[in-house]
Amino acid sequence: MWRVMTQTDDNSMQPPLLDVRGLKKYFAVRGGWFGRVRAQVRALDGVSFTLHHGKTLGLVGESGCGKSTLGRALLHLQPPTAGEVLLNGVSIGANRRQLLLEERRQMQIIFQDPFASLSPRRTVAQIIREPLDIHNIGTAASRRGRVEELLSIVGMRTNALNRYPHEFSGGQRQRIGIARALALDPQFIVADEPVSALDVSVQSQVLNLISKLQRERGIAFLFISHDLAVIQHVSDEVGVMYLGKIVEQAPAADIYRAPRHPYTQALLSAIPVPDPQHKSRRIILRGDVPSPLNPPPGCAFHTRCPVAIERCRHIQPELKPAMAGSTHRVACHLAD
Amino acid sequence: MPLLRVRDLAVEFRTQQGVARAVDGISFDLHAGETLGLVGESGCGKTVTGLALLGLIPSPPGHIAGGSIEFMGKELVGLDDAQMRAIRGRDISMIFQEPMTALNPVFRIGSQMGDVLRLHQGLSRKQARTAAIEMLAKVGIPEPAQRIDNYPHELSGGMRQRVMIAMALSCGPQLLVADEPTTALDVTTQAQVLEQIAKLQKEFGMAMILVTHDLGVVAETCQRALVMYCGRIVEDSPVTELYATPRHPYTAGLLASIPRLRNERISELPVIPGMVPDVLHLPAGCSFADRCSKVQAICRTSAPLLKKLPGREAHVACYDPN
Repeated sequence: MWRVMTQTDDNSMQPPLLDVRGLKKYFAVRGGWFGRVRAQVRALDGVSFTLHHGKTLGLVGESGCGKSTLGRALLHLQPPTAGEVLLNGVSIGANRRQLLLEERRQMQIIFQDPFASLSPRRTVAQIIREPLDIHNIGTAASRRGRVEELLSIVGMRTNALNRYPHEFSGGQRQRIGIARALALDPQFIVADEPVSALDVSVQSQVLNLISKLQRERGIAFLFISHDLAVIQHVSDEVGVMYLGKIVEQAPAADIYRAPRHPYTQALLSAIPVPDPQHKSRRIILRGDVPSPLNPPPGCAFHTRCPVAIERCRHIQPELKPAMAGSTHRVACHLAD
Repeated sequence: MPLLRVRDLAVEFRTQQGVARAVDGISFDLHAGETLGLVGESGCGKTVTGLALLGLIPSPPGHIAGGSIEFMGKELVGLDDAQMRAIRGRDISMIFQEPMTALNPVFRIGSQMGDVLRLHQGLSRKQARTAAIEMLAKVGIPEPAQRIDNYPHELSGGMRQRVMIAMALSCGPQLLVADEPTTALDVTTQAQVLEQIAKLQKEFGMAMILVTHDLGVVAETCQRALVMYCGRIVEDSPVTELYATPRHPYTAGLLASIPRLRNERISELPVIPGMVPDVLHLPAGCSFADRCSKVQAICRTSAPLLKKLPGREAHVACYDPN
């Protein structure tokens, strides 16, 4: 089942679908006289990765680590402060709005809260059709046909077409959001916590739908979640974020079997296991995540790290291959 | 005698579309010091059950439509507000999911904690402050003597939840109802808070009802669990039995469908087909019948009662338990 990406993989022959280089997003904190900028929140502090066609990168981290900001910065929903995003080798988000519209045909997003992301005043048909309208695709009749097709892809009946979002449950609303994201046949979808607001029994239905879309339509996903178990189910590769940076990135099988960063290890050990016989060797982290307004010097994790050494307090570790040529990258002084 | 004895408890809400029976005749016992998980998906009635125990059902539109809640031999259903206030916070406490909305944003945490202590234990302001600092230290808040003068917004989510716990435990209650106490927290913080709750529970020898949708949290903290579906208890078992051999098809489906860490990736997660029926239009008979793979004719006409399985500790409401 695992498709581990290596240098010899056929994917490396063509340019990656997405090439993200040194992406940063700072938010200014204003205050005082004339709203001067008093500080910068470094929500995203230099993130680089590549994503190949039809692959899924799972992005995991706790609240405030910058994972949602990354998803939005990729799509230029929030223009990044610095860095570059290349889609099929072409840099996106150059100031021209028209160009961005073109690029967004290839990149869509599914949001966490299906209650907030669908307009309550529009029917399901109008919601799903909107991308087709904006991009002026097809005729009125062909759009109607396409909307029906999209509904059936996400497993809903056509009698939903003329109803409003409030008539549907959370899981069904999320299906509507997915249908909308599929309308333009994108190559890439950012799924930002798509199942977090759903009940367990519905979660698995929606996750299965997403897996099916990956398999059958070859869509690449950036799948953002705080839940490592959910991430494992959908991802080819997993990135772990902490305070605006990726601290570990590896093929999914590797990261779950042999996590190298102490933060990843703690995160994995903290998941409550639905089995009372399971004896967990839990690593309990002390303290809280430091404020991204004022990140600690050196390794940002050193304030909570159970194995930190003197060097961690001063020198920031780089994200680099755990061993020469390895696809397992980790940012930790102790991983060498 | 059990600490808490709930019999045929029913809670109804009047809505514009009709009467919703959120809790539909549930019965269970809870013994001193025991930890009981109350699990189920949203709308199953688990939170309403917790609120009913503390007399916190918002009325109108809701009310306790029948049954009894006996706590330390005393009937709670039918008590007036003043009588209930004397028990709430002192003998039975509750912590909520979202500590930011449960704490008052305009008062320092010390004054909010002090209110509880002065009301129930008749302490002076000064004594209450000392006791509050002591409690904050117990729940693992660093520098409690400084933190006590913070406002809730100055604390992180994990710290706020600790303050809630400190407040709930400050009068040494016999029973703590914790409604999704860690759901709003990150996993690493959740691990800290759960560890702290378990430690304090042992220290205070108190019973706890943990209301949650997270079967992982139940497995790690509870001795026994009630699984609720559409306002009824479908299974009541010791957790070791519940997870090893779930008897009710709903419990089995729920356990199978959780995305959990696996040794290898599977292509498709098991699912429970369909969705939870509308609480206003519950089917006759078993509410799970439409989603159940083992449904028989009788399931659609009369609801199965919660019965003890012969030779087992598990109670299950199913005509054909696993």
